[in-house]
Amino acid sequence: MATATETLDPTPDLNTSGTPSRSIATRIAGRLGQGTVQVILIVIAVFWLVPVFGLLISSLRPDTANSSSGWWTALTAPSQLTLENYANLLGESTITSSLINTVLISVPATVLVVLIGALAAYALAWIDFPGRDWVMIGVVGLLVVPIQIALIPIAKFYGATGLFGTITGVVLFHVAFGLPFAVFLLRNYFSGIPRDLLEAARMDGGTEWSIFRRVVLPIGLPAIASLSIFQFLWVWNDLLVALVFADPDSQPITIALRGQLRQFGSNIDILASGSFISIIIPLIVFFSFQRYFVQGVLAGSTK
Amino acid sequence: MAAIAIEHLGKTYADGTRAVTDLNLDIMDGEFLVLVGPSGCGKTTALRMIAGLEEISEGTIRIGDREVNNVPARDRDVAMVFQSYALYPHLTVHENIGFGLTLRKMKKPDIDKRVREVAEILELTDHLDRKPRQLSGGQRQRVAMGRAIVREPQAFLMDEPLSNLDAKLRVQMRAQIARIQRDLGVTTTYVTHDQTEAMTLGDRVAVMRGGLLQQVGPPQTLYEQPANLFVAGFIGSPGMNLISTTLTVDGGKTTFGIGDTTLEVPESVLHQRPALRNYAGKQVAVGIRPEDMEDAEIVGDEPGATLTSVADLVEAMGSDVMVHFPVQAEAVLTEEQKQLVDETGAAVAGTSGTVLVGRFSPRTRVYVGQPIKVRIDTARLHFFDLQTGKSVWD
Ligand SMILES: Nc1ncnc2c1ncn2[C@@H]1O[C@H](COP(=O)(O)OP(=O)(O)OP(=O)(O)O)[C@@H](O)[C@H]1O
Ligand SMILES: [Mg+2]
Repeated sequence: MATATETLDPTPDLNTSGTPSRSIATRIAGRLGQGTVQVILIVIAVFWLVPVFGLLISSLRPDTANSSSGWWTALTAPSQLTLENYANLLGESTITSSLINTVLISVPATVLVVLIGALAAYALAWIDFPGRDWVMIGVVGLLVVPIQIALIPIAKFYGATGLFGTITGVVLFHVAFGLPFAVFLLRNYFSGIPRDLLEAARMDGGTEWSIFRRVVLPIGLPAIASLSIFQFLWVWNDLLVALVFADPDSQPITIALRGQLRQFGSNIDILASGSFISIIIPLIVFFSFQRYFVQGVLAGSTK
Repeated sequence: MAAIAIEHLGKTYADGTRAVTDLNLDIMDGEFLVLVGPSGCGKTTALRMIAGLEEISEGTIRIGDREVNNVPARDRDVAMVFQSYALYPHLTVHENIGFGLTLRKMKKPDIDKRVREVAEILELTDHLDRKPRQLSGGQRQRVAMGRAIVREPQAFLMDEPLSNLDAKLRVQMRAQIARIQRDLGVTTTYVTHDQTEAMTLGDRVAVMRGGLLQQVGPPQTLYEQPANLFVAGFIGSPGMNLISTTLTVDGGKTTFGIGDTTLEVPESVLHQRPALRNYAGKQVAVGIRPEDMEDAEIVGDEPGATLTSVADLVEAMGSDVMVHFPVQAEAVLTEEQKQLVDETGAAVAGTSGTVLVGRFSPRTRVYVGQPIKVRIDTARLHFFDLQTGKSVWD
């Protein structure tokens, strides 16, 4: 079990970074390598950020300005910037209601996947039951099933059961297709928890449930945080599933924005500000979870 | 607090490994019992079966007057200290120690009171708000102890709790564990592969080997009357010198030879070990503890109890001096060596000559390369049957 701890231990190995045994040439190569990587990263970041920045500026310019000149002109004449677009947008009922729909879809689809995934992962990692390995193989198998294959049969099924066009239907679909990855990720993480730790909790009087809640969940927090972000962003940005299963009443923001895209040009004000609002929430989620990415939650538990 | 009764306990793992065979042990209420043996002999397996972490293949375990074979670990009311400490990394020292009480739904103020009492005993009061990663190895070890103590369980189980500490700390903690166990009077089963730890801690010591119990008894009994060759070699450091030789009975005298020297077995030994007479003319294993040898310059030599040799290696330990010297005698092969010979047919080096180790008084002036006379306390000789390995008594 010690190995699991070691791999999760964040303590930087001071010996590998500056030992005299490494030749000068290797070190220079290392420095150069790092420098190159950083330059490439910066280039990529700029490449991505320029259009985003342009979109932000556009969202702050009046409609008329956007149709007559490029966004960069605002850099020299910042007086034209205004929050007018955002005010208009929040008055637009399709946009606001689809934004609410997105929240109503993303939050349960994330919470359910994490909850069910964590419970299943704990069982698959630590509870001995007949056929456990086969279940795990099944889960891994499901990972490779592409969403497209399921669209038509499930659409039929939803049609028959009345789930079609409902938020519940969309959520259920996301949960079903989010679970294999969730179980896979969390099981691998949970099985890295030292066995001694769970046995200690058992000796201390823990039931499966209390061990799960008081030991496995807190220790698994980094994995759970990563999973939550992945799943939330995936569902938040989803277009395909919503296109198939949602109707105008249950459509999320992605569909609403796409509707505006058809008349591109005249609707740049709604498109730009709408996109920005839909980015803000994932950003909040990301930053509020990122403090759990502290590595080495296991440090000090054993030895 | 309760006694633990183990009857015909056996364990076969799923892969067919036989880890424990027919183990019978009665651990008395309040007793400190140490399970000791070489690596892989099944100590941990036995302990885990008592804990309820490993399924029992055969036999029964009773804690108090309850058979616990089918009682899950959490309901056995025993506490375990793990070799790895297994502290909960996300909880503070206070929460770690109080974890078992929290799970038992004890009230917060009561938990706090008991955690603080235990922290006081273990000198952890200043660290209660720290996380395990902020503690030194010794402090972590104490937290692990605290977690067991605070529950006031029927029994403590400890699996090599000191093996991750440095030598000095180990000695300190050893004393502390002994003191705490005596004060609390909780029945304790302690696993170690270190015979010094076993001897110093145990009220009784159980020696295991290859899943089989070899001997159980108070440390001094194990030392003075080892039941077989294995226990004789395992207990004591440096180990007992073991050589195989032929016993000769001539008139009233029973003698055996080591090289050119003939040593005489005193009456007292023959009286203690009447069965020795059956070995007249046969091969036996003779055991001599290092401290039963002394520099003849100091105690004087005596015919029939003195060996001559040349000092090969002299280790001054301060309180005594270890002197290694070769003799022309056949060493007793351990089971492992025998196996090697059986499997490969290879001759094991050194069968015609053996190096003995004597623990001499620090007043000795012996130096390497010097011819020496070694006086042997023949009244304290040990004899074992070479075939069965058992000690020869009656
Ligand atoms: N889960 C397991 N599955 C199969 N065999 C096992 C298992 N655990 C232990 N064994 C085997 O059982 C035997 C006894 O192991 P055990 O851990 O009880 O030894 P030990 O006396 O505690 O040794 P050590 O001093 O090295 O800790 C060994 O041969 C070991 O390989
Ligand atoms: Mg062990």
